[in-house]
Amino acid sequence: MTTLTPVLSAHWDEKDSFTMAGYKRHDGYKAAEKALKMEPDAVIQLVKDSGLRGRGGAGFPTGMKWGFIPQGDNKDHYLVVNADESEPGTCKDMPLLLANPHVLIEGMIIASYAIRAKYAFVYVRGEVTHVVRRVQQAIEDAYKAGYLGKNIFGSGVDLELVLHVGAGAYICGEETALLDSLEGFRGQPRLRPPFPAIAGLYARPTVVNNVESISSVPSIINNGAEWFSAMGTEKSKGMTIYSLSGHVTNPGQIEAPLGITLRELLDLAGGVRAGHELKFWTPGGSSTPIFTAAQLDTPLDYEGVAAAGSMLGTKALQIFDETTCVVRAVLRWSEFYKHESCGKCTPCREGTYWLVQILRDLENGKGSEADLDKLLDLCDNILGRAFCALGDGATSPITSSIKHFRDEYIAHFTNGGCPFDPHASTLFASAKAGA
Amino acid sequence: MVEMITLVIDGFEVSVPKGTLVIRAAEKLGIQIPRFCDHPLLDPVGACRQCLVDVEINGRAFPKPQASCTIPVEPGMIVKTQLTSPVADKAQKGNMEFLLINHPLDCPVCDKGGECPLQNQAMSNGRGETRFEGKKRTFEKPINISSQVLLDRERCILCARCTRFSDQIAADPFITLNERGALQQVGIYEKQPFESYFSGNTVQICPVGALTGASYRFRARPFDLVSTPSACEHCASGCSLRTDVRRGKTLRRLAGDDPDVNEEWNCDKGRWAFKYVTAADRLTQPMVRDASGDLQVASWPEAIAAAANGLRGKRAGVLVGGRATVEDAYGYSKFARVALGTNDIDFRARITSNEEREFLAAKVVGSKVTNADIDRADSILLVGFETEEESPIVFLRVHKQVRKRGLKVTAIASKLSTGNEKLKATFVPVAPGAEAEAIAKQELTPNSVILVGERASESAGALSAVVALADRTGAKVAWIPRRAGERGALEAGAIGNLLPGGRPVTDAAARADVATVWGIERVPSEIGLSSDEIFAAVNSDQIHALVVGGIDPHDAGNIHATLSALKGAFVVSLEIRPSEVTKIADVVLPTAAVPEKSGSFMNWEGRARAFEVAVPDSLNRSDVRILTMISDELGRPMALPTVKSAARELASFGEWDGAKSTFAPFSSVKAPKIGANQALLTSWRRLLDESSLQEGEDNLAGTARKSVVVISPKRASSLGVVDGDAVRVSNDHGAVVLPVLVEAIHDDAVWLPRNSRGSHLLATLGVASGSLVTVVKD
Repeated sequence: MTTLTPVLSAHWDEKDSFTMAGYKRHDGYKAAEKALKMEPDAVIQLVKDSGLRGRGGAGFPTGMKWGFIPQGDNKDHYLVVNADESEPGTCKDMPLLLANPHVLIEGMIIASYAIRAKYAFVYVRGEVTHVVRRVQQAIEDAYKAGYLGKNIFGSGVDLELVLHVGAGAYICGEETALLDSLEGFRGQPRLRPPFPAIAGLYARPTVVNNVESISSVPSIINNGAEWFSAMGTEKSKGMTIYSLSGHVTNPGQIEAPLGITLRELLDLAGGVRAGHELKFWTPGGSSTPIFTAAQLDTPLDYEGVAAAGSMLGTKALQIFDETTCVVRAVLRWSEFYKHESCGKCTPCREGTYWLVQILRDLENGKGSEADLDKLLDLCDNILGRAFCALGDGATSPITSSIKHFRDEYIAHFTNGGCPFDPHASTLFASAKAGA
Repeated sequence: MVEMITLVIDGFEVSVPKGTLVIRAAEKLGIQIPRFCDHPLLDPVGACRQCLVDVEINGRAFPKPQASCTIPVEPGMIVKTQLTSPVADKAQKGNMEFLLINHPLDCPVCDKGGECPLQNQAMSNGRGETRFEGKKRTFEKPINISSQVLLDRERCILCARCTRFSDQIAADPFITLNERGALQQVGIYEKQPFESYFSGNTVQICPVGALTGASYRFRARPFDLVSTPSACEHCASGCSLRTDVRRGKTLRRLAGDDPDVNEEWNCDKGRWAFKYVTAADRLTQPMVRDASGDLQVASWPEAIAAAANGLRGKRAGVLVGGRATVEDAYGYSKFARVALGTNDIDFRARITSNEEREFLAAKVVGSKVTNADIDRADSILLVGFETEEESPIVFLRVHKQVRKRGLKVTAIASKLSTGNEKLKATFVPVAPGAEAEAIAKQELTPNSVILVGERASESAGALSAVVALADRTGAKVAWIPRRAGERGALEAGAIGNLLPGGRPVTDAAARADVATVWGIERVPSEIGLSSDEIFAAVNSDQIHALVVGGIDPHDAGNIHATLSALKGAFVVSLEIRPSEVTKIADVVLPTAAVPEKSGSFMNWEGRARAFEVAVPDSLNRSDVRILTMISDELGRPMALPTVKSAARELASFGEWDGAKSTFAPFSSVKAPKIGANQALLTSWRRLLDESSLQEGEDNLAGTARKSVVVISPKRASSLGVVDGDAVRVSNDHGAVVLPVLVEAIHDDAVWLPRNSRGSHLLATLGVASGSLVTVVKD
């Protein structure tokens, strides 16, 4: 049994965990003070040594990303934190910001110092007003405490931190679309190269990091690279937050070392909801190919999930039991992608528009097995053809669900409609059964 | 030396300059990769995903196909297009299928059908049949993007060419993509409509029939049109055009492709102002004024005889107008000397000065400053010249360098224009008439280019200051008149101080050259009168006959003297439509409009812009042919029976290798004292205004800028007016009342459009710049 490693979430159960006092009670802002006394390059090296990889989905080594920023170029550098958490099933950054916003601010102070940025931005998705308020308050408190602004910690270093609230677009979680949006334009992904490290925000060298990645940095500064890399697996170091949702007894966030399995996580969460069994699940949100019970023991780290044919993504574990119609679930996801496609490129814009229509017909029992081949062929024409990864993600649930549940698709048109009772899969159905 | 990079595309090796995109390297081999969003003159965007190809660099293959419109070539690159890669082929066919699911199959009624990149490439790189059985996205159609551009949103494939053009090339980012997903669409900002002088280019580069021109929509099928390469008659930029004619009628004009001049763009006036050619009141038959003062239709021999009889034995002057082709201007030039025996000829049917005439002879004729000098310049100085309004392709040329490398532009003017704002120009505000002083203070280098407009002649001493500045700093000087014919007329000698090829009339050797070619004994040796002087000479009874080719008296500086001169003299008018001149003329001879004749213009660079007949079988003749008939009748034949013969003879002169006239500077005039409520008038013509060649083009006029009076914030507060209040600008002649706009303008100046709706300055005020006017709240 894996031992849990609560670091970011260690004090979420304390009433004032989100306040300056609550944060400082547990050595808050000590890491920043310490880092500011180090050489910036030494900070980068420490993060490199820790093996920390991006927690936003792609898993790119964080220290290496910081190292890409050209130094001595006489240009402004920017740090941008991606808090646009929008991936269906993902709910780790928002709870983290709600319960512990100061750890992000402290991480941003350290990261900005390392990359020599005098301005840092947090881009929070627009819908989560309660989170926005908490972060806003935390920033204000940090300014008052002298941790932000001019001459922070009396170190001679300046840092302005700007909170930006998005307007509710999934695409703005894509880092270059986020930069466009932050600049005041409509969020659409940019052509790369140039990469943000060379020409990002306002065409200046920019690091874009996920909330969890940056929030992990203070603990690395405090405890050292070895402490961090002792957790996790060979190539996936450290602790991370897994979000469990769906048909699970106790949904929520579990912070564990990378490489834990779903079987263990389900045990910790009280198992699949009572009286039901696991049918399929997503390892990293709806954009990652789905798994079934066969992957219960797959180590949930970057390599383990990839070897099993999916992606660790945002570690959003959506659990579906046997009452769920996979066609219905996939259709809902596809409708999301159609709604969120930014429209810039043809395969994603037109492809998602088309996929939804076919899936709707299939759900209603209209179509034939040839339509499954058409779906797969259309997915093949989208995957790797679209401008950014949104198009790729839109195809994952379709191709993986047909792979695992082809018969269930066929059952829809042999049955002349969906063979499932949609009511049975709802949570209120189980509540009633329990009562 | 450009570094060349060698790569392999579909098994063929090709070397291209570093930085070349794969899609264009393939073009060099004749391999056509399908594309929609790609445009060689716009920044790559990679949005349509149609041009996907397989790429491998030094043995490392990209895991997925790449957009060839965004990837620069690299050494060791191996590219497989749809011709050799099944993956690329499937990717392209799949993408085409996606593009077509929401595209209506209305090709039979679509303007683009027959010349549509989507139609063509769907045939060459698409599947035969669609697998789409669902519901297409539909929109209300069409919507007006402007009065002249219509948008059918359901046809749009969202390639963003139009929005990128407007932003990157025209600097008018008034259209953008809005919404998202399949509902993404081109839209306008309601508070700032798509009023761009270059909007027509978006219609031309739209790869589908989504953007259409209001005046061409549903008028023709491309395969029913006969296309002729032509040149634009509207300004001195000298755009290459394509004129599309159906059954003898011009239906549309497109920008031609000339990288040295207009690249692939033109302005909306050049594209959409051509109805004057087919106006109902076109003159088609010669007319002679009878004893009772009425014009009567006459036969050509009668009319030619009447013209010759009226001119015979009289001292006559020749006024050419700025729209003549080089060949016609040469005809007037030779007619004046050979048939009338005079140097009293002037092509400048506008406000002019003798300072300008000296400047043209000393510094402009034969000048070789070109667009390439703008491209290379380290800075541009604008004097009496608004690029966007008066020579829009020069604006695009300068803007390209401003955007690409931050070219420094300085504008000496009384008012900061929107064009100069877009060029990020340093604005040097001067009181009208005080330009010379500001010019003298400029610092330039031999790589700088001074672009001087025709309005510089309206400020005494300004051209002299330009010459002094160029002499001091080595900067190049280019003179950019507004009209298409002026530079050609200058080279043809249609001016009092020059003979063809820039030969000074005062130079005996030059005169001998000309006399030899013309086969006459002598060419008059005195400098001829300017247009103003010719009118004055008629009014003082020294000149008794005028040959007038296409001028509007309202363009002249002194309307009263001009009209009285036209009334007082025997006037032969060569015109295409009735005008203030034909109303008075004794003989009216109809001439061919540009599409009906061949010939050439010479743009401001001195570059020949030849064109052929676009509308065949017209009975109208070029001016030079008519002048030849009159000269025959006069018994002093000029022997230029065809346009070609005129072109050949003018070319035979070659360039003058003798001394040019030297320029003696003119002094500036002391500024008048400005009383309370008085201001110095300044104005220019807007590109889209009430000029005669734009008559009948209502869609075009719909995007003209509104007529306003512009005053400075200081004057506004002293008058107690704010934007939109009516202000009255008046003098002894008349008054103009317009809404006021408070902008960056010299405190002593007031600006009005020179010839726009409700603001015809020369007709109402009799002046256009530098004069004192009274400005009060109306």
